[in-house]
Amino acid sequence: MAKRQVMFTFPRKLIKEPIIYELSHKFKVVTNIRRADVSEDRGWVALELEGDDKEIDSGVKWVKDKGVRVDPVVGDIVEG
Amino acid sequence: MSYATGLRCRKCGQEYPLQPIKVCDFCLSPVEVNYDYKGMAGVLSHRKIAEGPSTMWRYRDLLPIEGSGQIDLGTGFTPLVKADNLGRELGLDELYIKNDCLNPTYSFKDRAVSVAVTKAREFGFDTIACASTGNLAASVAAHAAKANMKAYVFVPASVEPGKLVGVAIYKPNLVTVEGSYDDVNRLCAEVAQRYNWGFININLRPYYAEGSKTLGFEAAEQLGWRPPDCVVAPAASGLLFTRIWKGLQELSTLKLIGPVNTHMYLTQASGSSPIVHAFEAGSLHVHPVTPKTIVTSIAIGNPADGYYSLMVARQSGGGAASATDEEAIEGMKLLAQTEGIFAEAAGGVVIAGLKKLAAAGAIKRDQLTVAFITGAGPRTQEIVSDVVKTHHIKPNLEAFNKVLGLQD
Repeated sequence: MAKRQVMFTFPRKLIKEPIIYELSHKFKVVTNIRRADVSEDRGWVALELEGDDKEIDSGVKWVKDKGVRVDPVVGDIVEG
Repeated sequence: MSYATGLRCRKCGQEYPLQPIKVCDFCLSPVEVNYDYKGMAGVLSHRKIAEGPSTMWRYRDLLPIEGSGQIDLGTGFTPLVKADNLGRELGLDELYIKNDCLNPTYSFKDRAVSVAVTKAREFGFDTIACASTGNLAASVAAHAAKANMKAYVFVPASVEPGKLVGVAIYKPNLVTVEGSYDDVNRLCAEVAQRYNWGFININLRPYYAEGSKTLGFEAAEQLGWRPPDCVVAPAASGLLFTRIWKGLQELSTLKLIGPVNTHMYLTQASGSSPIVHAFEAGSLHVHPVTPKTIVTSIAIGNPADGYYSLMVARQSGGGAASATDEEAIEGMKLLAQTEGIFAEAAGGVVIAGLKKLAAAGAIKRDQLTVAFITGAGPRTQEIVSDVVKTHHIKPNLEAFNKVLGLQD
């Protein structure tokens, strides 16, 4: 089982959608929220995803396709 | 022996021993090195520091290094020059430039990498890695060569091969990765998890960060052991900006300088300015963006230390300014043509930001201001190729006199 720590950033139009709930039901991925801040117009959630690599990849792709930005929790790794 | 006592989460305060660690296990926030300042105060003095080498390692007691075998290419103690010509242009009487172009691989990254690679060897790693488009890659590859360690440098495949010469010369394992920058980020996060390597800005990040403090130490020492009134510095991940501040705070804690009333101003390229956006919007959260700028050395859309940079700018009574690509190039030219310093585009952003802050009256004429120029221009000189304008003549004196407008 792999673990991946990521940050989801939600645009306003997706704030009310239960995306994390759906992620854990559509894919074999355990979602474990560690930190979050959601307001009426934007929101972010730092969470750990646990599952097989392929399931996490598919789940993350589905989340991205919904319009959520997904970043490594350590911030951008590629530097100048 | 070092005075480092452990790591502590910057958000929830959870403590950890000194080990390779990327984020807090509990809240996934960054961790940083803690020190025994009381013990440090007992041994540190202006004199002891002045007796040290003319490199960043004169501040060794303030760094988290245990042994004496640091990996040092001769980094640091770069010039702090009074910039009278540029100051006249901008209406600033007490302007100084900290010229960090003059490091072994031509950028401030050598400071951070020197500490990170030294720590990597202490931890027993035989391989170090990073993902970079230029400055960080060169620094990691050079330090790996000096340390006889293996290096893996991940580069987005879109980076032109010609730009990699300054990295490849040190013979690291250069891996060009297809896909977007996001794909490279994701791959590196997975590689760092899979292999027992020292990944510079992942599991070595707390130590990597500490090296940047030396910029703050040096500026204060070179000013005669006093903090500047204003600091203007670039912000990419925000690590450098926050560590200049931490460096000044530490010197004050140790009573090596007086109270720090420095106003901290950060600058970013307009096409990659999530921290400036948050500052201007009065937001507490730095929302990631997708960078679109020629200022590649500071093009980070999701800055790891973004929140903390925002806090430093606010709490110090400083601010934030952005510069377009055109303004950055004008800033590069202005710095070169007034002070003789050929900076990379990030330096142009600093000068353009400084110009705006001075014009707006945020930075006053008589305030002692230090602008941090953190990387040299030649690595990306093609962005100012329009400066080449020659007088083309036949090889005789008559033709030359004609160009000068002189008569024989």
